[in-house]
Amino acid sequence: MADTSVKKRGAAKAPFIEPGHTFGSITDKISSIVLTRKTPIFWFVGFGISFMLLSLLMVAVAYLVFEGIGIWGVNMPVAWGFAIINFVWWIGIGHAGTLISAILLLLRQDWRTSINRFAEAMTLFAVAAAGLFPLLHTGRPWLDYWLMPYPNTMGLWPNFRSPLVWDVFAVSTYATVSFLFWYTGLVPDFATLRDRTVNRWSKRVYGILSMGWRGSAVHWHRYETAYLLLAGLATPLVVSVHTVVSFDFAMSIVPGWHATIFPPYFVAGAIYAGFAMVLTLAIPLRKFYGLEDFITMRHLQNMAKIMLATGLIVGYGYMMEAFTAWYSAAEYEEFMILNRFTGPYKYAFWSLLACNVIAPQFVWWSKARNSVVALFVIAMFVNVGMWLERFIIVVTSLHRDFLPSSWGMYSGTFWDWATYAGSIGLFLTLLFVFIRLIPSVSIFEMRTLVAEEKGKKH
Amino acid sequence: MSQLFHPSTNVISKVTIFGAVLFIGGAAWVLLALERSSYVTQAKVVREQPVPFSHRHHVSDLGIDCRYCHTFVEESNFAGIPPTKTCMTCHSQIHTTAAMLEPVRESWRSGESLEWLRVHDLPDFVYFDHSIHVKKGVGCETCHGPVGEMALTWREYSLNMEWCIECHRAPEKFVRPREFVFQAGWHAPAGQAAIGDSLVAAYDINSSTNCSICHR
Repeated sequence: MADTSVKKRGAAKAPFIEPGHTFGSITDKISSIVLTRKTPIFWFVGFGISFMLLSLLMVAVAYLVFEGIGIWGVNMPVAWGFAIINFVWWIGIGHAGTLISAILLLLRQDWRTSINRFAEAMTLFAVAAAGLFPLLHTGRPWLDYWLMPYPNTMGLWPNFRSPLVWDVFAVSTYATVSFLFWYTGLVPDFATLRDRTVNRWSKRVYGILSMGWRGSAVHWHRYETAYLLLAGLATPLVVSVHTVVSFDFAMSIVPGWHATIFPPYFVAGAIYAGFAMVLTLAIPLRKFYGLEDFITMRHLQNMAKIMLATGLIVGYGYMMEAFTAWYSAAEYEEFMILNRFTGPYKYAFWSLLACNVIAPQFVWWSKARNSVVALFVIAMFVNVGMWLERFIIVVTSLHRDFLPSSWGMYSGTFWDWATYAGSIGLFLTLLFVFIRLIPSVSIFEMRTLVAEEKGKKH
Repeated sequence: MSQLFHPSTNVISKVTIFGAVLFIGGAAWVLLALERSSYVTQAKVVREQPVPFSHRHHVSDLGIDCRYCHTFVEESNFAGIPPTKTCMTCHSQIHTTAAMLEPVRESWRSGESLEWLRVHDLPDFVYFDHSIHVKKGVGCETCHGPVGEMALTWREYSLNMEWCIECHRAPEKFVRPREFVFQAGWHAPAGQAAIGDSLVAAYDINSSTNCSICHR
């Protein structure tokens, strides 16, 4: 009797790694992407397109530095345009990586193993793309070191009461911890690559990167301790970073920004956007490199479920924004929400609801959950929806606030769009380089999955 | 597997890791020190002038008041650089043939101004007004140093913003009674602490550090 119930459970839950894999086959399969397999043609195509977009970013930034931020669409009353929208969008995308690497590790969710490596890489590259925007938005990027507190000749500290300064610390801490976490997890895999590669130079490079890893028990013991400590450090960051980003808005008195719901609503939105992006990247990656054994349908479904859950929280946030506007009986709040519903940006608003609230509902339906294409399409909708959400928050609140005499309209210029597309180019270029040079699925953690599967049988 | 790295790599890697920390710290220290050095700020560096004018001679030896030449200091934001006419009030009578003073006489004959170079030149984005500082009891020497001892004139202080702010944050450490503003070498007889707070109250000094006080 007990035997059948075990079997039933086993049947209900597919394993996180397809059966038949051994330590050797995992190592072969993942390391071959970097070491032995010929670089596939799609890699060159993808890298080429990404690199062209990156070049567009270079041009846009060079022209920006030469001419000033007047080339962007920002002006009074909308002084925060694409730069802040894109910043929040990218930072949000990064959150899934930290959640997967830190919180799922602490909660002992084994399924994180196949996706944590490239989700963490995605976090790093998203933070890099995000950081670009406020740095450029200062207008004089060469003076950006003024953002840091240091004993300068002006006798000044940054204004510690400003959420923009908190942002500097939140984002730089986030970038540092994410990098350390990612790199620590990479050390044993770098050692594997060092031992497997035949090229003398890549042996040396991977040798330096693996920092003398020999896989002794002491090494593993220290590694596990460090990894857990870093996970503990990274866990609060999942919540704190986007909370601080939401303070950029919530600390002001602008209608539509000054809301206590902003921190939880932003954090949920970040995880939502992040999982959508992980799905967007994982689906082509497993397809093109034949990693379906490692990134199984169960992984995709788990991520889709988290996406659905956080999407519902975000939907609740939208509802509460409207409710609070009505319940406050403050005429500016009421006007703000009506202006979102029916004002000049109403199409953006209703598209946002369609993308962020309606689209993920298909995940309830098991047919959609079992279709890779459907999941990809839903994830793309969410990517667009989350960008529209930040557009709505930034623009509709600013463009018509308290004084009708200072109302105005905002739209991105060519250079706004070029910088945005360019930041996607930066992100994808880094990602393609990463896939080519670093094992995009953690080899040694996958091996522990095999051991655990074996353990279950005995 | 053959050995990839020489055993010395262990030492080298440790040295580079700690060395990097020291190097970055050292580089930051050098940059901050350089920013405050007289090489960058030109503090204590004599500025070449068309005529080697000696404040020491005119102020300390002869006892001429600052305001004899810097006439607008009490009414205007700019203290004023004297016209050639001011020089000639005396030098039409004394040292009339001194070679050193030939550029002054040449200016007097031709009507072309002497091109004195400003020793204390604030950037254009800084608003500064001499009259209010003089009125609130900031002595000439508090900012310009012992001008009466300078054979050739230099800038005593860096003019860095931290230097301005030092006084704006704690004016009681620097103010003196109005009657001693133009007096050379004045020091509070009973110590600055004894008079500072009462002067700040008496002169109603509100030396704000609001950005737009100076950056208008």
